[in-house]
Amino acid sequence: MAKQEVESEITGNVWKVLKSTGDSVAEGEVIMILESMKMEIPVEAPSDGTVVSILAELGDQVEEDQVVAVIEI
Amino acid sequence: MANHQSVSGRGAFKKILIANRGAIAARIVRACRELGIKSVVVYTSVDAMAPSVANADEAYPLTGLRPNDSYLDQDQLMSIAELSRADAVHPGYGFLSENVVFAQRVIDAGMHFIGPAPTWLDRMGDKVNARRLMAQQGMPTFAGSDLITDVNSAREAAQRIGFPLVVKPSGGGGGMGMQVVEHMGDLEAALAQAQAVADAAFANGGLYLERWIEKPRHIEYQILADEHGNAMHLYERECSVQRRHQKLIEESPAPGIDAKVLREQAQRGADICARLGYNNLGTMETLYSDGDSGFLEMNTRIQVEHGVTEEVTGIDLVQQQILLSAGADLPAQPSAMKGHAIEVRLYAEDAQTLMPSTGMLRSFDMPKLFGVRVETGYQQGQEVSPYYDALLAKIIATGSTREQAIGRAVVALQAFTIEGVRTNAALLLRVLRSRDFLQGNIDTGMVERMLRQGSRIPAL
Repeated sequence: MAKQEVESEITGNVWKVLKSTGDSVAEGEVIMILESMKMEIPVEAPSDGTVVSILAELGDQVEEDQVVAVIEI
Repeated sequence: MANHQSVSGRGAFKKILIANRGAIAARIVRACRELGIKSVVVYTSVDAMAPSVANADEAYPLTGLRPNDSYLDQDQLMSIAELSRADAVHPGYGFLSENVVFAQRVIDAGMHFIGPAPTWLDRMGDKVNARRLMAQQGMPTFAGSDLITDVNSAREAAQRIGFPLVVKPSGGGGGMGMQVVEHMGDLEAALAQAQAVADAAFANGGLYLERWIEKPRHIEYQILADEHGNAMHLYERECSVQRRHQKLIEESPAPGIDAKVLREQAQRGADICARLGYNNLGTMETLYSDGDSGFLEMNTRIQVEHGVTEEVTGIDLVQQQILLSAGADLPAQPSAMKGHAIEVRLYAEDAQTLMPSTGMLRSFDMPKLFGVRVETGYQQGQEVSPYYDALLAKIIATGSTREQAIGRAVVALQAFTIEGVRTNAALLLRVLRSRDFLQGNIDTGMVERMLRQGSRIPAL
């Protein structure tokens, strides 16, 4: 089993966290939604897998390319 | 020559608090200065380097960063308005510009709210109500429903309207929460999804249905109304070039639509405003498709894209808001539009992915060209933060013809040097140079189709 890091594409705030540790996700499924410049930016699973950690909480500020979740594929 | 606009009785204001930021704050500061009115701006720590902070007569810091803790924080704004002894508040666009409670608080504190009476913010803020009122007054509307109360009444309304239709939130605008429905079988799910967005995003969680128009054009009419029951129009703006229901390029006049039809609609809008006693500036937004037109909503504030109307009419709309609010008469109706004006919105977002881009503006070198006006709230060294919208600058190009205005917009975009954030300049250039845009063959879906076609946006 390989671990895959999920990065934020933008600098912004965590607006909603939709998945938690242990959840299985399909490729393209939304793990969390970020908010930046009045836009909602979904963070999607890059492939099918299981969420092993969520690294940003509701309201956190995240930077571009920051790892916000890890999935096991 | 008699001054048309000598403000009778109350006199113009002495000091205006600007409850906004960015390009519109800078724009209002300038209008105040031209009218001999003192300006007061507010700013958050990330906006401290904004040009308006230096250019205004007074500037007050806000404590928070997020909109709710700063530019939307009515308590902070009211205490600064009172502390600075402003006699009027200009809300700009976005933020509190259509907020009934804020407008009333300003008035209750003995100041003028620069905009129509709060009751108008209320009447037009409810989209179902606005639609019904305008339809009663003779404004064409596309088939639609009243507020949806349950699934059965939604089905009945859908039967009458026909498919495709769109589920819209009554309390919002800007395309948020809209769901297009192709078949009756999809209606219930779409209602549930739209309801979730409406509940989260708008104070008023109601929904309504409207006929869905494929490939429409967005045409809006600029209305001016005074405090004495008179109203006029300043023609139309074409705003079909959009992405995610947000406008990217606007122009006036609208290419390829019979001018007589446009004038009739604009005049109808003005007549309705006069009849109903609307006061101050307003914009009637409509969709246009194959000769049919339908009222969408009325915006009770200055629009982002007001500059194109100013360029073709020679009338300063921000000054007009202030003067009309102080009781002035309407300006003289221009007999025709002069030339053509196009505005392109330069956003801090990736031209390909449309993802927002933040950072410090290492360089921000604006074009200074004949026939080109730039409206911005940024300068070199300033931070583009994730807290506010992505608009970096509006480039307004004018010419004696549409082709000339487009040419100037292209040159201006190429001459605009921005380092520190990514911008959508390449996307704007691609649209401006596309055959469809040049031929005036435009509709609200064109940008998304262009992006879907997949070919990479060429670099500058």
